[in-house]
Parts: sequence; C-alpha cells; structure tokens
Amino acid sequence: MRLTFTANGEQRRVDDIWEGESLLYVLRERMGLPGSKNACEQGECGSCSVYLDGVLVCACLVAAGQVEGRDVRTVEGLGDGAELDPIQEAFLEAGAVQCGFCTPGLVVAVHDLLGRRPDPSDAEIREALAGNLCRCTGYENIVKAVRSVVAT
Amino acid sequence: MSSRLETLVTGGVGTNVRRPDGTLKVRGEFAFSSDLWSDDMLWGATLRSRHPHARITRLDIGPALATSGVWAVLTKDDVPGRLHYGLEHADQPVLCDGTARYHGEPVAIVAADHPEIARRAASRIVVEYDVLAPLTDPRQAIEPDSTPLVHPDGNVARHLTIRRGDPDAHADVVVTGEYEVGMQDQAFLGPESGLAVPAEDGGVDLYVATQWLHVDRDQVAACLGLAPEQVRLTLAGVGGAFGAREDLSMQVHACMLALHTGKPVKMVYSREESFFGHVHRHPALLRYEHGAGRDGRLGYVKAEIILDGGAYLSSTRAVVANAATLGVGPYEVPNVSVDCWGVYTNNPPCGAMRGFGAVQAAFAYESQMDRLAGELGLDPVDVRLINAMAEGSVMPTGQVVDSAAPVAELLKRVRDMPPPPAAGPTPDVRELPGGVSNTTHGEGVVRGVGYGVGIKNVCFSEGFDDFSTARVRVEKLPESGGRLVASVHTAAAEVGQGLVTILAQIVRTELGVDQVTILPTDTHVGSGGSTSASRQSYMTGGAVKAACEAIRAKLPNGVDALDEGAAIEETVEWRHRPTQALDERGQGDAHVQYAFAAHRAVVDVDVELGLVKVVELACAQDVGKAMNPDAVAGQIHGGTAQGLGLALMEEIQVVDGMIRNPSFTDYLIPTILDMPPMRVDVLELADPHAPYGLRGVGEPPTISSTPAIVAAIRNATGRRLPRIPVGPEDITGTRT
Repeated sequence: MRLTFTANGEQRRVDDIWEGESLLYVLRERMGLPGSKNACEQGECGSCSVYLDGVLVCACLVAAGQVEGRDVRTVEGLGDGAELDPIQEAFLEAGAVQCGFCTPGLVVAVHDLLGRRPDPSDAEIREALAGNLCRCTGYENIVKAVRSVVAT
Repeated sequence: MSSRLETLVTGGVGTNVRRPDGTLKVRGEFAFSSDLWSDDMLWGATLRSRHPHARITRLDIGPALATSGVWAVLTKDDVPGRLHYGLEHADQPVLCDGTARYHGEPVAIVAADHPEIARRAASRIVVEYDVLAPLTDPRQAIEPDSTPLVHPDGNVARHLTIRRGDPDAHADVVVTGEYEVGMQDQAFLGPESGLAVPAEDGGVDLYVATQWLHVDRDQVAACLGLAPEQVRLTLAGVGGAFGAREDLSMQVHACMLALHTGKPVKMVYSREESFFGHVHRHPALLRYEHGAGRDGRLGYVKAEIILDGGAYLSSTRAVVANAATLGVGPYEVPNVSVDCWGVYTNNPPCGAMRGFGAVQAAFAYESQMDRLAGELGLDPVDVRLINAMAEGSVMPTGQVVDSAAPVAELLKRVRDMPPPPAAGPTPDVRELPGGVSNTTHGEGVVRGVGYGVGIKNVCFSEGFDDFSTARVRVEKLPESGGRLVASVHTAAAEVGQGLVTILAQIVRTELGVDQVTILPTDTHVGSGGSTSASRQSYMTGGAVKAACEAIRAKLPNGVDALDEGAAIEETVEWRHRPTQALDERGQGDAHVQYAFAAHRAVVDVDVELGLVKVVELACAQDVGKAMNPDAVAGQIHGGTAQGLGLALMEEIQVVDGMIRNPSFTDYLIPTILDMPPMRVDVLELADPHAPYGLRGVGEPPTISSTPAIVAAIRNATGRRLPRIPVGPEDITGTRT
C-alpha cells in the first residue's frame, strides 16, 4: 500500500506499507519519526499522542490507511527549529522528565490542552492529561510544568 | 577542597542542574531501545507457553519456517552455550527445556522481515503439551512433602530465620494479624527491547535497555558459548526500570537470532508480552504477632513471611533477606523472631521491584502498629514515636545503626504539616471519589488520615562484593585559550532517575571543570554494578568522586595546571565498606546503610461504593545530602505514586498460575487523576560513611506510602483491610 500525507508540514509518500500497520508504526519504522512512543499500543497510555487534522489522537489506534491525504503533527513538529516550544522548556525546568518515555506524548497533549484552554485550572489540567500514563514522576512536576507555561 | 571549588563553577553537587538528556527527551529525539534501527534488520518474536506447568510432547517448527519472510526459527536445541541463565543461580532456561514451569515461559523464537510476519510465524509453531498440575499455593510450597516439585532440590528457595533476645517473651498487650500483598508489576512504559548486531569477530554487539550491563553480558556470553569480550553491550535509552530489567528478557534471544541469521535483529515486546517477559514483585503472605507493654513499648515481634518467587530463582534469596532483616520496621524491638521463606511455585517468576522485600513487610508491620495503637488507645503517630529507632539502635540482626536514623523526626514532620482543606459545600466532582464518573456530590464521603514509616537498606548486602568503576578524563583543549573539558565513562545504567546529571555535578565540584560529558554507557569500562538497591549515586557517584580525587592527587595545583593539548585520565574501582553474611540465627552486619521515609495520607472514601480519592500525600525523607534537590523530589513523587498503586489498584491477577490481566486496560497504574498533590520535606543528615554523606533515595518513598494510604482508608471506614491492593469490595464488605 502507498500512503501520501502531510507530516509536520511536509508532504510525504511512503511505499510498501502492509495494510495492518498503524500510523504509529508508519511514523516510527518507515518515516524516521520515532518520537511518538509505543508503550501499550491499545490507546491506554497516550505515549503516541499526535495531532491528526488538528485533533489529538493515539497514533497506535489509527490505521495507516486512515491518514491518506490528511495532516499529521508529531512531537518532532513542535518547537521552531533549534528553539524548544515553551511547553518543552517548561518540562525541563520543572523536572517533569525522568525516563522520558511518556514525555513526547505528554508534551503533545499539553500543547493540545493549552491550544483549547489557555488558562486551565489544576482540575482541568489533570482531567486533560488523564489519558497519559507516567510511571516515573508521580505527575507532580508535570502539573507544575503546565502551570508554569500558563503563568508566562 | 570540594567546598571551595563549588564556588568556582556552577552546576556542582547540591544544585538543581537540568538533565543532560532532557532536551532530547522533550523533543522525542532521545533513542530508546525500542527506537533503534539498522539497515536490513530483522524483527524477532517469541512463542510462549500457554500453560503454567506442562511437558512439551511435540514441537514442530516446520509451518513457521515455511512462512514467507521468515529467516530463522530457534528452539532449545539451538542454544549455542549454557542452556540456563539467572542472576544468582542459572536455573532459567533460555528456551523451554521440555517442561514449562510458568505461563509465558519462552518456547521458541522467530526472526522475520516484519514484526507481524514474525508474530504470525511464531503462532504457526506446533506445540503439543502434556498438561501437569501446577503448584500455585505458596503455603503448600513450604510443606516438607510439597508436590509437585518445581525444581528437584525442593520448593523452598530460601528459609531465613532471625532470632534475637528471648524467644518466649510475653507482653501485656498482644495483637496478631495476617496480611496479604498481591503481585505488583513494575509497569515501566518503555517495553523490553533492543537490537543485536552480529560482529565480524563472531561476537555480537547488543544495544539494550537494562539495569546491569556486565551481569547481562556474562549471562548472554555463557548462553551463546562466547567469551565475555565477544559480547559487547551498550545501554540504549531506558524507558524506566524499577527492578524489572535486572533479569534478562530478550537479550539472549535477539543475539541468538542475529548470530544465526548474520543480520541485525530487533526485538520489542508488546505490552501484553511485557507482563510475561519480566519478573514481578513477590506476592506475600505475612503473619505477625506484636507484644507490647501498656505504655506502648514493644516487647517482642514474631513474624512469618512467605514470598512467592514463582518458577525460577531470580533474586528471591536477596528479597527474602530484606523482608526478614527489615521485617519489624524502623522500631526498637528487644525480642524478635522472624521466619521468612522464598518459595518456588508455577506462578510467574518474581524478583526485583523498587522496595525489594521491604515493601511487603512494611504493609504488615505498619498495619500492626496501627492495631496496637487502637488496642492501647494511643495515637498512631505516638505509638510509633515511642518505639522509633534512632542512631545507635540495634537491628534484629544485631547490627548497630551507625548513622542518622531520624524516624521520630520524620514522623513528626509529616504529622505537623498543615492538613489539606476540607471539601467545600459544593465540591468539584473531579476532586471526589469516583471523579468525573459523577458517582457522588459528597454524600457518603468520609475523610481519613493515616501514617506510615519505612526502612530500606541501600547497596548490596550479606557480604556481596559490591563495586562500581569510573573513568574520568580531563583535557585542556589545544585551542581557544586552553579550555578544560572533562568526560566520565561508566557502565552504570541511567534508567530515568538522573544519575547522569549527578555524575557531571560531582566532576564539576571535585575538579572545577564546567564542561562535563557523560560518555555512552557500555562494557568497554568495568562494571558499574546494578542500578538497583538505591545504590548508584552512592556507588558510581563514589567511584566518580574517587577518580576525580586520583586526578587531583596527580595534579596538586589543580587541573588548570595541565598543558594545552594535554590530558589526564584515571580509572577507579570503588567499593563501599564490607558487609557480612547472616549466621544461622540471622545475625550479622549485613547492610551498608539504612534509609527512612514517612508518609501521611489523607483520603476521601465513598463508603457506599468503596471508591477512594487520595486527597493529599505528605512525605518526609532523610537523604543525607540532596545531590540534586529537584531530582530527589522527583524520586519521592514517583516512588510515592508506585506505593499508591500497590495500595489501591495494582495487581497482576494470577488464577491457577495464569495471568489474567496482561494489559494497561486491565492492569491499572495511577493516572494524573489518581495522584494527589504532594508535600515533600527533605532532611539532609549526613552519613559519614557515604560519599558527600548521601543516602539512597529511590526506594524508601515506595515503602511507606502504601501503609499510610491503607491506614487512612481504615481510619475512614473502620475496616480491617488485611490485603493490598484494597478494592471497592473490601471497603464495602461485599467481596465474595
């Protein structure tokens, strides 16, 4: 199967895809975009969170064929060249990164949250990020990171 | 000297330096083991036993081999070297030796062009089993005539007794209790994975996420029939560990497939396979009897602890030692009798998980302390303060605690923190039990408060030759006015905890060099020991400090005295002070260092539905020296969360030896909605025996948060709650 879609603003064509592959597999194994992570592959952990036509999705639950002609934005498409996105900067400053496996998915999910709701309450932050599992941080510094972006 | 240098460069010991790998991680550019890729690589897959105990009567790989795109299908007959591996004792077959001893034991491995082809080919392997009765009850395993035998030498892997004082001591007040701890999973997010690349010398290069490169290497080399130097390991990015990567998983399998096919082979476990692919925390059955005077002072503790090690040994013996030696908790007890068994069953193998034996015992002894308080009409904190150990106290092993043990201070600190505000008249449902399920607006909700305090040993114990190796190099660059740069080379695994940050901080403090590079972690330098037992800051931190001191000894005027273009390099193998084996009465100076944390938990319980919302967790911990205060707090947050998981939701459900919930849909770990805000209070009481006075940080908060939360639920409900995790049925009394 051949697939053509926009990934991080760039028109991309990928050949020889097996129809059973997910968007996550295509991004990671066929396009050199391994930033979206494979922690559960059933939509429970949020580690593969990406934008599909501007909507936050788990890339593991999207069949590759579904993205034909559509627009995908991954963690690699945040930030501006060498400059980190303010959310990425806040994660570093707040100590919200330990092993980092959940981090790309969380950064995308926070990006989505703040795009929809620039000044969320703590309860709104927690509700919005409830689909992103982290096993290292206990989430305390993730909430702190989001708050610090809101404050700036 | 170090304190003078601390003022010369920023980013030294004690400061909040950012992680050196942080920028890559937030960009998604950090290469985890599952991200690796090589031209022309194959994908590996594993076929596992469907039965917890069965003899294989027929194994036909033909249909798998005939699958288009398949390069290799290997079984036990293809293992080139030793057929078994293991951390303490090589008893675990690389591939099933004819008898499967647990559900999920690897039987055969496949390499193919595509992961799906590999998985499908594995499913086409024909295996016929003669199903045998499994041994699944650990209580049966300690019986003298226990059958079936999981291994020929009997079903008891270790029975450790500790006897101190009068075995027949009596007391005015006696409380007895039986407790049970379910099987917890480490549930790291980054699955077991790695890339094996065959090398021209007949050896193999393995890029893998692990906790202990050299012990991996030695086991892999033995099983491949290669010399250790022909197996070279490089640490790939590690997506969390928590003990689950101390044992081998896919290491030998990927190397076998790579050597067999002559091509690089990548293996990545799915989440389901991950639940079968690593050891778990030992489930435990604990029976305790506490005797005390009317004044609340403990007279004796008797305990019997059975830890289910499952089908293979892994680190069960060491887990037994921890549960037994730390089994009465951080309290002064004159008369102690502990029997602790680690047993073989046909349940999933268990081994290392954060807290390592201390977690199971702490749930029981802290539950007992609360019952004792109730019996005596004392406040739960007061009964702990009356019995709290301190520096100079004697452990049940006879070991004198010879550095700070501020158990009373930690308890007072969490007790005296301001309480969280009571729920208002119109609370946000998101802050109530049941959350957005909208199951209550406050009716039936009762608040409870509970406390827990725990003790953990740091570093390896019982006479183990525990060391770490560090190579530090300082160079004055030939250009740009002779700028100094340093590099650190160790084999100590960074698994997310922040060791790489701290090693650079140590070099800055010791040598006054601002620019420090942490080189890739591999087996080209001596062993760093395991990233476990809260030991790496102590051990590899100690080794890096010692290497810096060796450099300073050669350059008494400082590294600035180097000529432009010149370099100096020192490699040091560093050991902590020796420990002793335990004698037949469980006596001996078995541990290097003790660490302590205390928690206060505040919960809201919907007593009608049995739902719990943890409102706040407060933790006080002594860390000796906060090498990086932000990283210390991060360890306390994360360790506390794993303790919350064990208290409320995390259990691998094993029925007749079969794992019933191998997914993140059915095995629940705390989400951001489950974790409350935390208050953290860090003490820095230096241990004079340790580098910078530091004390291991990672494990203590996992130990004390669980009993604190359960105590808070008991406080709210009046229920006994002898088993964790506590489910809604336990709170409503409707468990059938």
